[in-house]
Amino acid sequence: MPEIAVTAATATDEERNAVADSVLLQNPGQISFEAAGPALTFDGDRVARGGQERIFNRRHLLLPVLHDVRDAIGWLSEGAINEISTTLQVPPAEVYGVASFYELFTFEAPSAPDALHVCDDTACRIKGANELKGELSADGHNVHGSPCLGLCEQAPAVFVQRTGEAHVSVRSATKESVEAALGGAMTNPVAPVPQSSEDLTLLRRVHDAAAVDYDGYVATGGYEALAKAVAMSPAEVVTHVGNAGLTGRGGAAFPTGFKWSAVAGEPGPRHLVINADESEPGTFKDRVIMEHDPYSLIEAMTIGGYAMGAEQGWIYIRGEYPEATRQLKSAIAEARSKGMLGDNVGGHNFRFDIELRLGAGAYICGEETALLNSIEGYRGEPRNKPPFPTTHGLFGQPTAINNVETMVNVNQIMLLGGDEYAAIGTEKSTGTKLFCLSGHVANPGVYEVTYGATLREVIDLAGGATGNLKSILMGGAAGSFISTDMLDVPLTIEDSRENGFSLGSGVVMLLNDTVDYDDFVARIAQFFREESCGQCVPCRVGTVRQGESLLRIREKGAPIETERKMLDDFAMVMKDSSICGLGHTASGAILSAIDLGLIGGQP
Amino acid sequence: MWGSNAREAHPIFFHHALAGVRNGAKMIAVDPRRSQTAKFADLWMGLNVGTDIALANGVGKYILDNNLQNDEFIAHSTQNIDEYRESIEEWTLARTSEVTGLPEYAIAELAETYATAESAQICWTLGITEHHTGAENVMALCNLSLLTGHVGRYGSGLVPVRGQNNVQGGGDMGALPNKLTGFQDVANDEIRAKFEAAWDCTIPATPGKHLTLMFEAMEKGELTTVFCIGENPADSEADINHARALLTGLDMLVVQDIFLTRTAELADVVLPASAGWAEAEGTVTNSERRVQRVRKALDPPGDAKDDLEIINMIAERMQPGWGNPSPEEMWDELRTVSPMHTGMSWERLEDEGGLQWPCPTLDHPGTLYLHGWLWEDDLGGREPAPFTVNVWRPHVDELNDDYPLLMTTGRVLDSYNTGVQSDGYNSPIRSGEALDMSPTDAERLGLATGDRAEVSSRRATIEMSIRVQPDLPEGLCFTTYHFADTTDTNQLTIEAWDKKSGTAEFKATAINVKPLVAA
Amino acid sequence: MTFVDIPVEIRSKVTVSVDGEAVEVLEGDTILDACTKAGKITPTVCYGPTVTPVNACRVCVVELEGARTLVPSCSRPAEEGMVVKTDTERVTNNRKMVLEFLATSSDVSQSEEIQGWLGEYGADLDRYDPATTERMTDEVKIEDDLYIRAYDRCVLCYKCVEACGEDAQWTFAIAMSGRGFNNRISTEFDVTLPDSACVYCGNCVAVCPTNALQFKTEFDLRKMGDWRPEDQTVTRTVCSYCGVGCNLDLHVQDNSIVKVDSPMDHSITSGNLCVKGRFGYQYVQNRPAE
Ligand SMILES: Cc1cc2nc3c(=O)[nH]c(=O)nc-3n(C[C@H](O)[C@H](O)[C@H](O)COP(=O)(O)O)c2cc1C
Ligand code: SF4
Ligand code: SF4
Ligand code: SF4
Ligand code: FES
Ligand code: FES
Repeated sequence: MPEIAVTAATATDEERNAVADSVLLQNPGQISFEAAGPALTFDGDRVARGGQERIFNRRHLLLPVLHDVRDAIGWLSEGAINEISTTLQVPPAEVYGVASFYELFTFEAPSAPDALHVCDDTACRIKGANELKGELSADGHNVHGSPCLGLCEQAPAVFVQRTGEAHVSVRSATKESVEAALGGAMTNPVAPVPQSSEDLTLLRRVHDAAAVDYDGYVATGGYEALAKAVAMSPAEVVTHVGNAGLTGRGGAAFPTGFKWSAVAGEPGPRHLVINADESEPGTFKDRVIMEHDPYSLIEAMTIGGYAMGAEQGWIYIRGEYPEATRQLKSAIAEARSKGMLGDNVGGHNFRFDIELRLGAGAYICGEETALLNSIEGYRGEPRNKPPFPTTHGLFGQPTAINNVETMVNVNQIMLLGGDEYAAIGTEKSTGTKLFCLSGHVANPGVYEVTYGATLREVIDLAGGATGNLKSILMGGAAGSFISTDMLDVPLTIEDSRENGFSLGSGVVMLLNDTVDYDDFVARIAQFFREESCGQCVPCRVGTVRQGESLLRIREKGAPIETERKMLDDFAMVMKDSSICGLGHTASGAILSAIDLGLIGGQP
Repeated sequence: MWGSNAREAHPIFFHHALAGVRNGAKMIAVDPRRSQTAKFADLWMGLNVGTDIALANGVGKYILDNNLQNDEFIAHSTQNIDEYRESIEEWTLARTSEVTGLPEYAIAELAETYATAESAQICWTLGITEHHTGAENVMALCNLSLLTGHVGRYGSGLVPVRGQNNVQGGGDMGALPNKLTGFQDVANDEIRAKFEAAWDCTIPATPGKHLTLMFEAMEKGELTTVFCIGENPADSEADINHARALLTGLDMLVVQDIFLTRTAELADVVLPASAGWAEAEGTVTNSERRVQRVRKALDPPGDAKDDLEIINMIAERMQPGWGNPSPEEMWDELRTVSPMHTGMSWERLEDEGGLQWPCPTLDHPGTLYLHGWLWEDDLGGREPAPFTVNVWRPHVDELNDDYPLLMTTGRVLDSYNTGVQSDGYNSPIRSGEALDMSPTDAERLGLATGDRAEVSSRRATIEMSIRVQPDLPEGLCFTTYHFADTTDTNQLTIEAWDKKSGTAEFKATAINVKPLVAA
Repeated sequence: MTFVDIPVEIRSKVTVSVDGEAVEVLEGDTILDACTKAGKITPTVCYGPTVTPVNACRVCVVELEGARTLVPSCSRPAEEGMVVKTDTERVTNNRKMVLEFLATSSDVSQSEEIQGWLGEYGADLDRYDPATTERMTDEVKIEDDLYIRAYDRCVLCYKCVEACGEDAQWTFAIAMSGRGFNNRISTEFDVTLPDSACVYCGNCVAVCPTNALQFKTEFDLRKMGDWRPEDQTVTRTVCSYCGVGCNLDLHVQDNSIVKVDSPMDHSITSGNLCVKGRFGYQYVQNRPAE
């Protein structure tokens, strides 16, 4: 990418420095790529070194550089985009195309340097989010509506995107607490896990504040799992994971062992990528792990790297998780300084390091191939499959992508052994599972239960519903509403499937009869419309058309029968012909709401 | 890419080069300017203008010193290696670096990359040939391909990219002073006899004159009548004032052209022709020796006639009974005398979308690349390819305190030669003629983009706009000659020319730039 | 002597069943190739012979045994033993819906192909209430004399982006920007083309399926109601500028060139030209005013 012809706009000194610093400081822990620095360098006025390879090797810096410039300046000006363009030798139209894909970047000087992203999504919506948003706007703040911020248990939530200062999230937000955050108040998160440590396995460290430090982690049995792993051959580790029957906790419930052995069988270099984009409305379990037990993720990844012969690990965390990001950043740095990441991990003769990458406000980047494109510096558009990431993943190389919760189960598998682990839970759903309870529930939070517990048991753990429970949104926006008839269904992969719903990422959102379902379902439709990447026609247009149909039902009194026929057609083409899971699931919640009579009158 | 700004001058050829880059090919650009082409390169080497032979010889020496040559190929398919080796002895990295202005490591890197590549091509255009040592520049590059065996194989070779849509075809047809149709040597008695029998006439055995010699002959009064077809020397020749004076002084000048060009304005008789590519039938031959059909899509304006028809009409006056043979009939006649075209029937040209010569028989598929015989175990009685000795000589127009800057010329993407065709459309990217200069020189002279300046060479002085261009190294200026109407660049250029090819040294003119204070 | 000659590509054959008929194609060919070979006419919008498939429009979907969803035939490589169905109700309904989506969001009236398929698949556009159906409503961009951009006709097929990028031109003047229904083909900050990196090769124009990108001449003639394809001739010739030998197809109406393209299947150009070849023809028709 060559003739970097930029417009006449030039960067300010501040912007220029932000770009230069960013490019130079990137990637202390990179193993697979050459040192950073501009893609084009000169030796006097007679020799220039550039070309495709250098450009390709730096393209993945695009998103980090965009973040750094936005965080230093507050927005992305034409001059700044031009500066990024010439430094990385990525054409300005592409830089703009990538940047404009993400919600957290803006292209006009903001009214105030710090932006407030106020969640007005499902759980926050029924806890006064719209009112809060109104108050903050009225006070002249730079307010943006936001989809779920992964803080549903402490609704309403606000993400404060500051300029030149650290970002913060405000939980159980009020106008006052948001303004305090603007003044520099930081959040000191307390684990929203009402169960006590004895009842917890994966989450057993979350109540121990010391465990976020390396010594505290080691003191509580940290790195014992790695010791067990390296005592085995890499292939044996993969076999244990397979025998454990571990399935993905990111939503699709794919057997992790299959994925790992496929990647291990491909020629290297290989990558292990952790999906920490957690953006499914109602989901916040991964955040809790990363905020309160970051080393467990690092240890599990190290085991994965050893098992699959992947030398480079990546964590892609959503940009709206500032506290979790800070915990991971310092944990990675400390692990590196203790020799637990790097060229010779723990003296065990293998290389593994971790690169942390931040999303920038795009639900679709949680889709695994969109995530890969996002890391690579392209728009977060999902790829067509096949080929699958196990063969053509990050930079076209074999890649295992796992969810955070899935990954930390690997520690447990090492400690217990695969077969022992498989004995927990049911035959097809092994181990423990985290559920995110929010909405009209007495004690919202993350609950860890052994697979097999019924929905009623899980709700009871959380102190039961508040008010008159009418329906439960299972699996988030990509899931479906179920009625109280389902309370005794065991929450396993097989039982939920049999009963026509999916556990997805573990969302259990309780909704009592005070909910304005028309409004609530419309917000889900809006979510898909705004979060569709827009690449494929069925989803780009389908998500808009279904929203319009709901509007006609709600505001124009259109006959439900005709609209239902259209909604079914939209659902069909989105399910059958979309590229990715977003399109496939975009109609589920809406159709289930009609089926249950929650909207559009009785069916 | 050596002395070629193909990105702008041959954009679709360059698409193919880029497809290679996409597949992982490396590209090195050797060009005094960091041209649009050079911007795609892994390594750009901005050598001093006119030091191509020095660089090529230095690269050759590095290859030999480091034993990177292809010995098997040299022994089997080439001759004169020892003479060559001796002739480049002086071109150590240090000396090459001193003359070319390039750092030693870059010269070494070029040599290693080229020599060790599985396949490699050297592509060039006028940056190599428009010098007083043009032919030797080419030979110096050929030596490198012989050293490494990067010639005559699929994916390897020497690629001179042709500047005009039918220069190749013109040469193929015999429009060269020393060749008959099909590149057959006019000095060869047997060949002449063949043509004389076919054409029923006698053909002089001595070669004619190329353009530059014609101007010399005009100067000496030996050439007094000129029939000029489809060429605009009154705008395109170097040292243009001199050329115009000579054209004006002719006894008789006949110009056949689609435009009333500046040359046509000087003519005694103007024969209006139709545009060969859209108003007439025929063939053209591109850079890769591919003969393709051109067809009539439009009726020509007024009384304009097809070039062939005009020539036929003149021939008819000279020899009644000549008639007005159609392009296809003429093509078929050509196939009988030019073996390399014999297999290209009109139908095949229609059906197969063009054929690459040599194509000697009707069932021959045409030839993708030349010189493959070098790789055959038996060279078939042919002489092995000779290394040549090429001595570097600096460009003619010397720099001194009065003329401290060097001006080189070239094309830009949306324009073409003297602009008579490309001026016809309204290009949104055309910024007009200007003298591009490096930021350092501009600063020293106190000039900024848009300023006017007086630009003089040893031959003339003209006024130009200045454009500051970071892609130029200090001391070098660049301009085009697309806008003769507004800026007569070729008044400045030097008439020095290459004795072997007749090409003028457009690429190196010593100039002086004086800012004009806004009135 | 030892040397590498033209690499001979050896591609094995694979057999695919299309609607019950066994078809043999080469490894690396797509399901679309197999369907075409079986005589099936498959609608395509984002597919083009000269651009890398982005499989975004999904109008070419077929049923593939063993796959949960339909698959885009244009980009799915054919594999031995695949069982493909194109004539099922599921395929027809999905294609019909994609076409309804295209036609209710963009102005596809200038695409004869899409118009034809809308009829063929029985698309019912009347059921979309215009008052509540959002469309692309961009105003036409006229920034120069060469070509216009009417993004209300754009179906976001990415072909222009690919042609401007690595598939041909390597200029990257335009890219997809925004997200979802707000996706737009755009220069950086939506600056005008003359302010962008655009070099006016028109290779984007050549691949646009809906005339969203269009020669200014065609745009003007249509506006005057004087665009008459039935009165036009198309003549293939060779560009008059540099020595590469690009083939041109000259579209001529009333003895004037009104549009130029290049054959997609020609090995020199693959349908691509530079600004001189595509737009530099004017000099043959700058005739003196009569
Ligand atoms: C639209 C969409 C969003 C997704 N978001 C996430 C997410 O935020 N986190 C996650 O772990 N998986 C997410 N997934 C699932 C991933 O694509 C992928 O299946 C998962 O990361 C694989 O890891 P696992 O096997 O450990 O679950 C999403 C999928 C889709 C289609
Ligand atoms: S289904 Fe939606 S989100 Fe997924 S690729 Fe298509 S448009 Fe993008
Ligand atoms: S005309 Fe050429 S350079 Fe300009 S946008 Fe189109 S493809 Fe890109
Ligand atoms: S402008 Fe044309 S080619 Fe480009 S995306 Fe739109 S419809 Fe496709
Ligand atoms: S944080 Fe607001 S809905 Fe999840
Ligand atoms: S033509 Fe196949 S997806 Fe568009």
